[in-house]
Amino acid sequence: MSYHVNEKGYYGNFGGAYIPEMLYPNVEELRSKYLKIIHEPDFKQEFELLLKDYVGRPSPLYLAHRLSERYGAKIFLKREDLNHTGAHKINNTIGQILLAQRLGKKRIIAETGAGQHGVATATVCALKGLECVVYMGEVDIERQAPNVARMKMMGATVIPATSGSKTLKDATNEAMRDWINNPVDTHYIIGSVVGPHPYPDMVARFQSIISEETRWQLKEKTGTESADYVLACVGGGSNAVGMFYHFLEDEQVKLIAVEAAGKGVHSGKSAATTALGREGVLHGSRSILMQTNDGQVVEPYSISAGLDYPGIGPQHAHLHTIKRAQYVNITDDEALKAGLLLAQLEGIIPAIESAHALAYLEKMKFKGETVVVCLSGRGDKDLATYMNYFGLG
Amino acid sequence: MNRLQTLFKEKKDPILSIYFTAGYPDLNSTLDIAEALEKAGADFLEIGFPYSDPVADGPVIQNSSQKALENGMTLNLLFEQLRDLRKRVSIPVLLMGYVNPVLQYGVENFCHAAAEAGIDGVIVPDLPMYEYEELYRNCFEQHQLSNIFLVTPQTVEDRIRKIDDLSNGFIYLLSSSATTGKNLAVSTDTESYFARIKAMKLKNPTMIGFGISDKESFNKAAQYTRGAIVGSAFMKLLGAPDYLSRIPKFIQSLKN
Repeated sequence: MSYHVNEKGYYGNFGGAYIPEMLYPNVEELRSKYLKIIHEPDFKQEFELLLKDYVGRPSPLYLAHRLSERYGAKIFLKREDLNHTGAHKINNTIGQILLAQRLGKKRIIAETGAGQHGVATATVCALKGLECVVYMGEVDIERQAPNVARMKMMGATVIPATSGSKTLKDATNEAMRDWINNPVDTHYIIGSVVGPHPYPDMVARFQSIISEETRWQLKEKTGTESADYVLACVGGGSNAVGMFYHFLEDEQVKLIAVEAAGKGVHSGKSAATTALGREGVLHGSRSILMQTNDGQVVEPYSISAGLDYPGIGPQHAHLHTIKRAQYVNITDDEALKAGLLLAQLEGIIPAIESAHALAYLEKMKFKGETVVVCLSGRGDKDLATYMNYFGLG
Repeated sequence: MNRLQTLFKEKKDPILSIYFTAGYPDLNSTLDIAEALEKAGADFLEIGFPYSDPVADGPVIQNSSQKALENGMTLNLLFEQLRDLRKRVSIPVLLMGYVNPVLQYGVENFCHAAAEAGIDGVIVPDLPMYEYEELYRNCFEQHQLSNIFLVTPQTVEDRIRKIDDLSNGFIYLLSSSATTGKNLAVSTDTESYFARIKAMKLKNPTMIGFGISDKESFNKAAQYTRGAIVGSAFMKLLGAPDYLSRIPKFIQSLKN
């Protein structure tokens, strides 16, 4: 059983490139060149150097003592929150900006939900002196104001997406429309493992550094590069794919992907895609998505802007279908409590996205197993939400 | 031969096609609009079935799609409305929309219902060529449905040839790589693109769409191809309360 993309761009039944002809030349250019470019020694050297000196990799694998004690397991946190810009998103934007340069592109566009990918894109555009336009849902602009300010300070133009639910899905639509209207000099840096082939595979490769490091770090700390459980949160699913990537073939490792249940899976306000969705096509690939019987995409809901998306990447749809990973969900309330718990037990304030993965520990039973949780981002951007929720203001 | 193929075979004058979104502005206006368009002199029609995330469309068709969905339009309902299509309309009619609603309806069911209603062809902009060949082509051909592919100024020659091989109605030339509803800016670049396609002597006829909004852009399109498709400009007219009575004048303003 293969866990990776085949030569047609599919993971089992999922994936492909469902795009209008206007996007075909750009996507085809990328498809035909991405593997060659990312394997060039000059690309690898620059990518690795930037990850080390600019991003600050390797990110620590931290044994969370008090958290471990509470749950009766050996819990390691993969500290993507310590990366420059505060989340795993920068691994991918560094990769894609180097690729865009080698394709001769002059202008970069991106979509963003929580603003982490937007910030990571604005950052690499400043680094390379390229024009940057970020589409962000109007609702998200409001709830993630600090990230909007960061993007603007680095010279990016932030354009509000005002259609539909005014969140990540709509920002993605607007970015795709921009790419259609700018077919020659623009590269679209998609922030997750979604979109037409080759995006899901390309982004997964750039994010796979997370599990690559985790394996040698585990070996150093525990004597074996394997673990019993690996957990990550899933919106589109880029930190989860990066966290799972080098564990996929290590079949004894149980992979757990945590979706956002919002106010409850059956509350009508949820983003738990695998629980609520069916096969369908959104944003250029065939995957699992939340939709009506008529095939209209349903507006998702989560308190976490980064998980507020009605689909998942096609590789996740595949891993879910073949049961290589288990897909579970966590409500807003459970996630916020887990965020507070980590702050008070370990002195680490997690992004609400990552807090969903932490919250699932509460539902598991342990007998000293080794567990890795991807701490995909830091919670600075979410302080207002935490403060309001817990009445700490 | 379906009605669309017959039209391209027999008609000598430039061909005018009109697009409109089913369920907009009123849920049950689909056949009234279709009938009025035929009477006014449109040569064939593209009836859009709405989708929540129309990435290839600009604001006008985004809004009409959203309004149609709010009104309650679904593919099921559209096929119900189309049961009387052939009692009221004799010109070729195509369905146009995104792939996900078709997938949920079921490809077989969709082809069957379309053929039953007297539909002649389908335009699904986000259905890729590979998937069309593998999964859709047989079903479309069995039901005499012409599948219409899009070509942009950036589409390379090999791919245009391949599209020509797979097509059995016409090829939809986009005036530029753009979302719908932008005005056609005729430059030497667009003219040389139209001329380049014309010189390829494709087996299938071509039509130009995206940005055709008046007599001038229609005539320009007809110089290089068999005619043109008008979408957003017509959808704007449907925003007026007395839209049905405005249709004859609108068609005349394009054609004569």
